[in-house]
Amino acid sequence: MAQHLIQMTVNGEPAVAAVPSQMTLMECLRERLGLTGTKCGCAAGECGACTVILDGEPVNSCMVLAVECEGASVRTVEGLSRSGKLDPLQAAMITTGGVQCGFCTPGVLMTARALLDRNPHPTDAEIREALVGNLCRCTGYLPILEAVRSAATAS
Amino acid sequence: MTNARPGLPEFDYIRPTGLDEACRYLKEHAGQARPFMGGTDTFVRLRDGVWHDTYLVDVKHLPGMRTIEFDAAQGLRLGAAASMNQVIEDPAIARHYPLLAEAARSVASFPLRTRATVVGNLCNASPAGDTTGACLVFDGLLEVHGTGGGRSIPLRQFFLGPGKTALASGEIVTALRLPPPPAGAFGHYLKLGRNALSDLAIVGVTALGYPDPSAGSGFRFRIALASVAPVPLLVEAAAELLCREPINESTIRAAADAAMAACNPIDDVRGGAEYRRRMVRNLVRQAVTEVWQRLQC
Repeated sequence: MAQHLIQMTVNGEPAVAAVPSQMTLMECLRERLGLTGTKCGCAAGECGACTVILDGEPVNSCMVLAVECEGASVRTVEGLSRSGKLDPLQAAMITTGGVQCGFCTPGVLMTARALLDRNPHPTDAEIREALVGNLCRCTGYLPILEAVRSAATAS
Repeated sequence: MTNARPGLPEFDYIRPTGLDEACRYLKEHAGQARPFMGGTDTFVRLRDGVWHDTYLVDVKHLPGMRTIEFDAAQGLRLGAAASMNQVIEDPAIARHYPLLAEAARSVASFPLRTRATVVGNLCNASPAGDTTGACLVFDGLLEVHGTGGGRSIPLRQFFLGPGKTALASGEIVTALRLPPPPAGAFGHYLKLGRNALSDLAIVGVTALGYPDPSAGSGFRFRIALASVAPVPLLVEAAAELLCREPINESTIRAAADAAMAACNPIDDVRGGAEYRRRMVRNLVRQAVTEVWQRLQC
């Protein structure tokens, strides 16, 4: 089966990887590029743990082929902090206790970042709707909602 | 399942440069190749071993596949690879076909809808497709391209069974066309899932109503049902009743009973057949009542 050489921009840096057709973006990030912040939960687009921002839009990276990302720009949880300073969402998640086991956190952060990028001041209903595809089994969601709310207010 | 995180099985990713090339490839590899757009259903079926294709033919970058155009005389042309989020955000759809945006918004989550497409939802031919009802009640028509050229398939004739469509080998749907909506139309999609957002429909009811002086009641309705028959269902008996009889609580009840009688659900993991039948009755009553109230405003 064919291998494809792909070039992407990942967190602002050029990245090159040789990938088979069936390799997902999630697998490419974790296994080829060593960016293991992106998690694999369900591999079926249900849990949101693998959410990254692809060309400005949030996607489940388990539902995108790496080979489709030739020339694309990808932002993962590793690219959220800038110059050693946490993104306001990351800081808020720590403050509110939105992180427990941490497995869903990278996906939650990327979905929430994409929400605030397109809608800097969402209502509670909009935050809930945006995060409907990010499953968390620890927090009961309320601290996560509070984190997004407070990051939106702070910005 | 033995592997908790199954990867996709091996296949070749094919990126044709034109529609003719794509159709030829699909025809030459019939049974082994599949057109590929958002992949949100395709990947799940490949991973679960339901499908065994060895070639995925990416058609979403081909010309016109992602464009959405509206014209007052021609109606809507929705490129087959336009994502559900594109549909939800499109100003012409919001203005002329808000029902389609409402239905798309009930699908899964925002990140999944970045990839999922309305036409993929149709081609998947799932009886549970959330956007299928809206496309049916707007009287959709599919533009299809094959090795012998182009043709159109009315959506009403497209669904042959669960996962089965009228597409022939080597054919690709390139766009969905919706005629201009009837003047004064109002529609509503009611979905019963395990939660308020994002889940698959246990029952889905799409209702569209519009004034028509030539109808006995002064109004016409179109009602589509999801998840309660082998194919998405348009309930003509209920629609005829609401066209013929003066509309009031009692005729709406009768229409809901007619919808219940027309459906043919199964027992499955999401709900029992008898439960679904009763929910069809309740949700049709609710959807038609809400549309009827809006039409009188």
